[in-house]
Amino acid sequence: MSARNLPVTLLLAALAVGMVLPLAQSGTAPGFWLEVLIGGLMAGVLYALVALGFVLIFKASGVFNFAQGAMVLFAALAVARLSERMPLWIAFVLAAAIMVAFAWVVERLVLRRLVNQEGVTLLMATLGIAFFLDGFGQTVWGSEIYRIDLGISKEPMLVLESVFQGGVLVNREDIVAAVLAAGLVMLLALFFQRTSTGRALRAVADDHQAAQSIGIPLSTIWVIVWSVAGFVALVAGMVWGSKLGVQFSLQETALRALPVVILGGFTSVPGAIIGGLIIGVGEKMAEVFLSPLLVQAFDLAGGGIENWFAYVLALLFLLVRPEGLFGERHIDRV
Amino acid sequence: MARDIGDVILSVENISLSFGGVKALTDISFDVREHEIRSIIGPNGAGKSSMLNVINGVYTPQQGRVTLRGRTFSHMDPHEVALAGIARTFQSLALFKGMTVLDNIMSGRNLRMKSNLLMQAIRLGPAEREEIEHRRFCERIIDFLEIQAYRKVPVGRLPYGLQKRVDLGRALAMEPSILLLDEPMAGMNTEEKQDMSRFILDVNDEFGTTIVLIEHDMGVVMDISDRVVVLDYGRKIGDGPPDEVRSDEEVIRAYLGTSH
Repeated sequence: MSARNLPVTLLLAALAVGMVLPLAQSGTAPGFWLEVLIGGLMAGVLYALVALGFVLIFKASGVFNFAQGAMVLFAALAVARLSERMPLWIAFVLAAAIMVAFAWVVERLVLRRLVNQEGVTLLMATLGIAFFLDGFGQTVWGSEIYRIDLGISKEPMLVLESVFQGGVLVNREDIVAAVLAAGLVMLLALFFQRTSTGRALRAVADDHQAAQSIGIPLSTIWVIVWSVAGFVALVAGMVWGSKLGVQFSLQETALRALPVVILGGFTSVPGAIIGGLIIGVGEKMAEVFLSPLLVQAFDLAGGGIENWFAYVLALLFLLVRPEGLFGERHIDRV
Repeated sequence: MARDIGDVILSVENISLSFGGVKALTDISFDVREHEIRSIIGPNGAGKSSMLNVINGVYTPQQGRVTLRGRTFSHMDPHEVALAGIARTFQSLALFKGMTVLDNIMSGRNLRMKSNLLMQAIRLGPAEREEIEHRRFCERIIDFLEIQAYRKVPVGRLPYGLQKRVDLGRALAMEPSILLLDEPMAGMNTEEKQDMSRFILDVNDEFGTTIVLIEHDMGVVMDISDRVVVLDYGRKIGDGPPDEVRSDEEVIRAYLGTSH
């Protein structure tokens, strides 16, 4: 193993040990541990979905899209409010159309005018889009808490009763979410690897000028990629909204995708997924098993670990492997 | 040479281009005939790359126009240029580094792919056939450029000389009628330069591709070009067959006379 990989391997090993350690404690029921694990994985799937939106746009345009969280919220609001007046699937299709229209407007009004500008300029532009979308969402759809009913029973299922005492409680919605996410990821992989548009997207991501020289129209590609990111945001927003209710805190939770992309790498689709799962599981485990220990040892108030765990982990990753687990390593000639 | 030089297919007239107060090109006119190898030479900063970028549609000149097969443009868009059958390579490599040699070259076929997304994703009949057909074409280019051994290697890992060949391969995959080469020999050793000259002559000879070439390596250019344009400080100071240009007083003073 090269010396470069050692710190990151150690970090991952420490994480893994930390996750399994509670099992060795006498007080922890294996069934309960498994429930926490599954809960973490499910949260991770949702993080991964949001992170996927970030990665898609970053890959194709080198733009760090700060508005991805706002897009999740906006799409979820659209579905929630539209579905009050029509069947869910029509609301879904309409919301998807709205996200495509949004992508088109962003390209026309923002991206097209900022071609070849510095990354920071584009970042600021997406920040602006994020705030606009937040406010505009309230203006159009209202600012209450709305619900999306996917028609799945809220009653949790009890599984593996014969293996663990008391069985394991699994949320039906979580399973649907996981299946949806997996399907979406497979679809994206096919799209990127197998279609000529996918090849064009990868080409644009690598080099704008060269892509133009072989006749790839940049503006069309940007509309496509923002539409796909909008669609991913829609799916994430729907699943999330049905779980937690559609409200403005969704936006904040969506920002959890930042540490996820730092962990997985800005340019990697598998990275977004694995990063999401690691952070989802890590923070749940830390909250449930680590915080009681802290309370005991230092007489702290406890709790709240879930809120910062992901960011601390991301910071550590920035120290040992700034490009993330699967990102492209940049070596600049000096 | 056995090739038949044809009629004028590309001409630029009175092109002037400036960036702020800096004049990159002043009143440049020249034409390119079908099947010929036409070079633009000049010292560094003479405006060679700017000229290429005007033809390619990356820069819009303040004055002048470009005529391509009888169609006149005052502004060209890179996408339109590609559709019109003009391909280019880059001085500083602009390859898709994360993609393999084959994928890079296949990306040159992008404009020619017709089947729709869904069919491609699941590799249905016509899409499958189309993919195979394009793949076959790209394999011919790979053979031609003698890079068979590197098909599946990510381009970023290849040595410089080979990356230059892939750049050329991607442009050839577009089946261009006009190929713009931006300093194809820059940074090469003598052997690599000879290889590249041979490829350029072969492309011109076998596919009949018209070639517009920018270079500041005089030796190579004089050997392979049919006609040469000489630029200096954004002005045209010479235009004609290599021998004529070589003996032109002004060209010698501006360019050949100075050692570099």
